[in-house]
Amino acid sequence: MTISRTARFTFIAAAGALALAACGSSSGGGSSTSASASVNCATGSIKASGSSAQKNAMTDWINAYQQACSGTTINYQANGSGAGVQDFTNAQTAFAGSDSALKDTEQPLADKRCASGPAINIPMVGGAIAVAYNLTGVDKLILNPAVTAGIFSNAITKWNDPKIAALNPGVTLPDATIAQFHRSDASGTTANFTAWLKDTAGADWTSDTGKEWKAPGGQGSKGSDQVLASVKSTPNSIGYVELSFVQGAQGVGAAWLDNGGGAVEPTSANAAATIAAATVTGTGNNLSLTIDRTTKAPNNYPAVLVTYEITCEKGLAADQSALVKSFLTYTASDAGQGGLADNGYVPITGDLLTKVRTAVSAIS
Amino acid sequence: MSNTATENEHDPLIPHGHQQTGRVGDRIFRGFASGAGIFVLVIMGAIGAFLIWKSIPSLQADSTNFFTTTEWFPDDNPAVFGIAALLFGTVISATIAMVLAVPVGIGIALFIAFYAPRPVASTLAFITDLLAAVPSIIFGLWGLAVLMPNMQGTAQWLNDYLGWIPIFDNTLGIYSKSLFIAGVVLAIMVLPTVSAVTREVFIQVPSEHVEGALALGATRWEMVRMAVFPFSLPGMISAAMLGLGRALGETIAVALILSAAFTINWHITEPGGNSFAANIALKWNEAGPIGLSALIASGLVLFLITLVVNMLARWIVSRRKDFSGAN
Repeated sequence: MTISRTARFTFIAAAGALALAACGSSSGGGSSTSASASVNCATGSIKASGSSAQKNAMTDWINAYQQACSGTTINYQANGSGAGVQDFTNAQTAFAGSDSALKDTEQPLADKRCASGPAINIPMVGGAIAVAYNLTGVDKLILNPAVTAGIFSNAITKWNDPKIAALNPGVTLPDATIAQFHRSDASGTTANFTAWLKDTAGADWTSDTGKEWKAPGGQGSKGSDQVLASVKSTPNSIGYVELSFVQGAQGVGAAWLDNGGGAVEPTSANAAATIAAATVTGTGNNLSLTIDRTTKAPNNYPAVLVTYEITCEKGLAADQSALVKSFLTYTASDAGQGGLADNGYVPITGDLLTKVRTAVSAIS
Repeated sequence: MSNTATENEHDPLIPHGHQQTGRVGDRIFRGFASGAGIFVLVIMGAIGAFLIWKSIPSLQADSTNFFTTTEWFPDDNPAVFGIAALLFGTVISATIAMVLAVPVGIGIALFIAFYAPRPVASTLAFITDLLAAVPSIIFGLWGLAVLMPNMQGTAQWLNDYLGWIPIFDNTLGIYSKSLFIAGVVLAIMVLPTVSAVTREVFIQVPSEHVEGALALGATRWEMVRMAVFPFSLPGMISAAMLGLGRALGETIAVALILSAAFTINWHITEPGGNSFAANIALKWNEAGPIGLSALIASGLVLFLITLVVNMLARWIVSRRKDFSGAN
């Protein structure tokens, strides 16, 4: 009797948690971009899944597309890049969102799913990673790769360390211990942030890159929202989050990063410049990118990330390929890319955008 | 149940016709009951088999010792991962929870069963039971936003005055996101379980025992000590074990609070620590094939730990029941 009572309570608690989690995931998405009348509609319904980094962009795009093309259903589940790639490879979805291009080990499996053609990576949504800090009275903080690496690997532990002071002449830095926050969950943000440090900081960054944080020390928080919450509530703290989380956050600043060519402000436009300058390493319409994170160009913000849509160039089921093509044509259009900056994302621009449009038009 | 059934079969007082219908209904019921019992075993076996089957690929790919490694990079090449830090964090946070929750839970139950006036008792019982219905994410967010900033002072005090005990020593000067805070949140979460079960057990203490003790001149505390505790000990142990089960498996609250570091750090007020369930929640979404398999392997270990804990509880209860008078 007693046990069944406890079990009942546990059940109620579990049910409540589920309901709450469901509420949490259905929110999100903000300003909706209006689809221009030029959307070339397809019919039917498709499922997609993957990167949670592009969730808000997808929500907006899907809302706008479905409004323009009544009767179509696109269901994007933000269950993480790894899971998204697996769902796509297992032919459960028509395309995957991923914060990294297919790896050499994943490519053959994805190609096999695409029966008659290769699986291609199409860069669609960019992002900037901001180094968020909470320092009373410091409106502008400049960091370079070596110092950032020092802070995030516990080699630099005080805010008034001479190395930080040297980059910020005239700024009063407190004699306080730096509380450093990183992601405790596996994340593409961590992978891209550590990739920047590894590419640029040399001997000052000895840890490896990857979706998991590998440097010693610091404190982990779950998700960009919790990292920002930790930074916000902890005086003299620092952490890294996607740019959209810092914008509008009270009491939290985003550091300017200096790769050696002068400090660059973390803005959507500066990040877009870095992404547009990326080299395409894939062949044909496979647009996997290598980002030059060591860039010293005066308006190229170096800590950026690119998320891809992964789909079949050829070989999707006929009813799916038309809708995938139509939807991705919309997302790559000026209307689709134009709304990204409002949500804190970074649009694809320049020659790269032309290549993206060519790749999308080749889907059949 | 089956005892009564067999007795009925041989009962000469039941007329023939009735006996037959009784037998059919009894057979159906017996089949249903034993079917349900077997089904539970089958499910348990299936879960175990599933976990073992799914964890094999990662255990084969692991380039280090699965039990002693304190890192978790299963998708690297070569894969490097082990459960040492997870095991440590799970056990320590659950231990802290038990140390805090069991005495308080038993205290609440004693108060409700023997000390409080009746209307107060029923209200208090209702409120503690209600605590069990709060979703764990609420506890997690509350722990993060309310408890953590306010625990700073306590943790600092422990460091200042009890710092000579190694576990309370804090060498960093940072007191957030620690196993200690996770343990306190877990303690609050298991409190209703412990107090609800012990309360039910206390209420079942024969009133003859209670009244006899009081009539013999025992004070109320002596009555509790001599009549209530001996009778209820197995029940109290089961209550603690049920609570421990929840503390070991708690996921989202721990995932939010802990810093999720893969280290074995005995300084429990410093940031760090991780647990099996929290690690699975944090890594599942972005895990590759080997990563998923590695997480399932860690789940298998948690499954075995809870199994052992429950078997231990059963064993303690069965050893005690002869002279406790319960069951």
